[in-house]
Amino acid sequence: MSTVVLLLITGLGLGALYFLVASGLSLIYGLMGVLNFAHGSFLTLAAFLGWETARALGADSWGALAAALLVGAAAGALVAAGTELLLIRRLYERHIEQVLVTVGLALASVALFDGIWGTDPQFIRGPAWLAETTEILGARIPNNRFLLIAIAILVLLLIVLFLRFTRYGLIIRAGVENRSMVTALGIDVRRAFTVVFAIGGAAAGIGGVLASHYFGYVSPQLGGSLLIFAFIVTVIGGLGSLPGAAVASVVVAVLQQFANFYLGGTGDLVVVLLLAVVLLVRPRGLFGRAA
Amino acid sequence: MTAIRRLWAKPAVRWGLAGALVVFAAALPLLDLVVPGVLPGPTYTPGTLQILALSLIFAALALSYHVLFGVSGMLSFGHALYFAVGAYGLGIVLERTGLDLLPAVGLTLAGAILVAGVLGAISLRVSGISFAMVTLAFAQAGSVLIRRNPGVTGGEEGLGLATANVPDWLVGVADTRNLYWLALGVIVVVFLVVRWFERSRAGHVAAAVRENELRVRVLGLPPLRVKLLAFVIGSTLAAVAGMLFLLLQSGVTPRAVSADFTLTILVIVVLGGVGSRWGAVVGGIIYTILDQRLTALAGSEWVDALPAVLRIPLSEPLFILGTLFILVVLFLPGGIVGLAGRVGRRRATTGDARDRLEETT
Repeated sequence: MSTVVLLLITGLGLGALYFLVASGLSLIYGLMGVLNFAHGSFLTLAAFLGWETARALGADSWGALAAALLVGAAAGALVAAGTELLLIRRLYERHIEQVLVTVGLALASVALFDGIWGTDPQFIRGPAWLAETTEILGARIPNNRFLLIAIAILVLLLIVLFLRFTRYGLIIRAGVENRSMVTALGIDVRRAFTVVFAIGGAAAGIGGVLASHYFGYVSPQLGGSLLIFAFIVTVIGGLGSLPGAAVASVVVAVLQQFANFYLGGTGDLVVVLLLAVVLLVRPRGLFGRAA
Repeated sequence: MTAIRRLWAKPAVRWGLAGALVVFAAALPLLDLVVPGVLPGPTYTPGTLQILALSLIFAALALSYHVLFGVSGMLSFGHALYFAVGAYGLGIVLERTGLDLLPAVGLTLAGAILVAGVLGAISLRVSGISFAMVTLAFAQAGSVLIRRNPGVTGGEEGLGLATANVPDWLVGVADTRNLYWLALGVIVVVFLVVRWFERSRAGHVAAAVRENELRVRVLGLPPLRVKLLAFVIGSTLAAVAGMLFLLLQSGVTPRAVSADFTLTILVIVVLGGVGSRWGAVVGGIIYTILDQRLTALAGSEWVDALPAVLRIPLSEPLFILGTLFILVVLFLPGGIVGLAGRVGRRRATTGDARDRLEETT
């Protein structure tokens, strides 16, 4: 029983990470049709800047962690918005080229991080409570899982509230439904594109700082390894669907944890298998709209 | 200018030029050519021949990806998997069975066709971005399998070439020129196969599917079967490049199946010029040599002496290549070959009006 609880909560924690990356990917794809390969780089950059911030402020206080999260979110949002304005905007409606530009950005930025921070993982420290465990139903759960889950739920709520109750949220939701109609009504969707990129970047930035606590280190490869699973999550959940991304994150991560434990470390393979099955049975994903 | 253009239009001239190029390339190991700044040494030295052979392998790999992306418009993010199937497949067959090189190559090819057929049939149930994701996921699964089974694949260490059943003339450092000639032969064959596919009926249908799949279906042609054919041909050619890579490098590491490696192939094809066979070849050669030269530059004293702001970016070859790639996508849609074509066209504006008309239509 205690093993099941441990796997379940650890899976939820990992799912929270996947969601933070996948939510941005899904929103960006839903509105603009851009598959953002540079999303992992936003995450890695935020993780490194968050780590530097926490180091400067004394790594084991809660204030430093909060500052790291803020810096991470801000860095993610700024870089993402910059990417949209400088690179993506020039290539509207040319989806393949947009993907290619983000691929180039991902390659170049990871190489740059290698140069600045070195290729070896940098081990990090956080508030002492995060490294401790709490006992639930006999399972000793690392506390950082709770932090991950709480923040991911908070981010999900904030995004949902933003989409429901603000003017930009309305434009974005309408744009996902039918972009040409929104443009025809005289609304500049382009600004919404930048906003969506910034939101996605901020979520990925928060995810980056939290990922460094989940794994215990930061490295230039951090974003790339999470990005592949975030892609899988996005496709399983249905490209462009925020609830789909949330549900699929949890399903994928929990399944991965259980398969890793009970099926001899085959978690990654099981996830790929799940993707293949979902695409064969339901090519648009769990929550995707019919193409 | 028009005279040259008219000459160029004759098939005999083009075949002749291509033949001369191949003969020149074949003569390189016998010549003492020095190209300072581009090649590390005279062309007859094993080190230089190694790089040249590697660039030919990358060119062949880029050609195989051209079949998928350039001809059929399938954006695959898992092409490295088939390269790895060739390299690891041949390595494992040579190590585990007593087969000679040729039967081993045949067995690996059969395996590659089987894997490509099965995975292709599954992946092609979806198209566009979903297709890219599924191929990426399969390649990732392959990467995990290779890393997690060190008993068979050597794990992170990589797999060495078991030389017992490989002919002697392909093994030693002094035999690099034989490997170079083999690579040259392979790329000529790959080029001709790709050319044959592009000009076959199936190739024309594949190109039509790239432009408008619905229309192809309305015409009563089978888009799925043609796409699968293109996928299998492209993947099998990638496996051929992989086998050659194993022989040349005397081994293979899991990097060959990483997502980064697929992205490298994509970068090569786009740098050279999407949709052009010669673009893929030129891209493969230029990329490999650039990569080698930039790595040498990164380690040079000249870069070490620079301030950190310049030193860090310059000492990362992938940063420079990635930036170059972004610039090509933004400003040079036709890649290197497209640029050459454009320069040629600008000069040709002095030609007669009929010539210009032909170009615009």
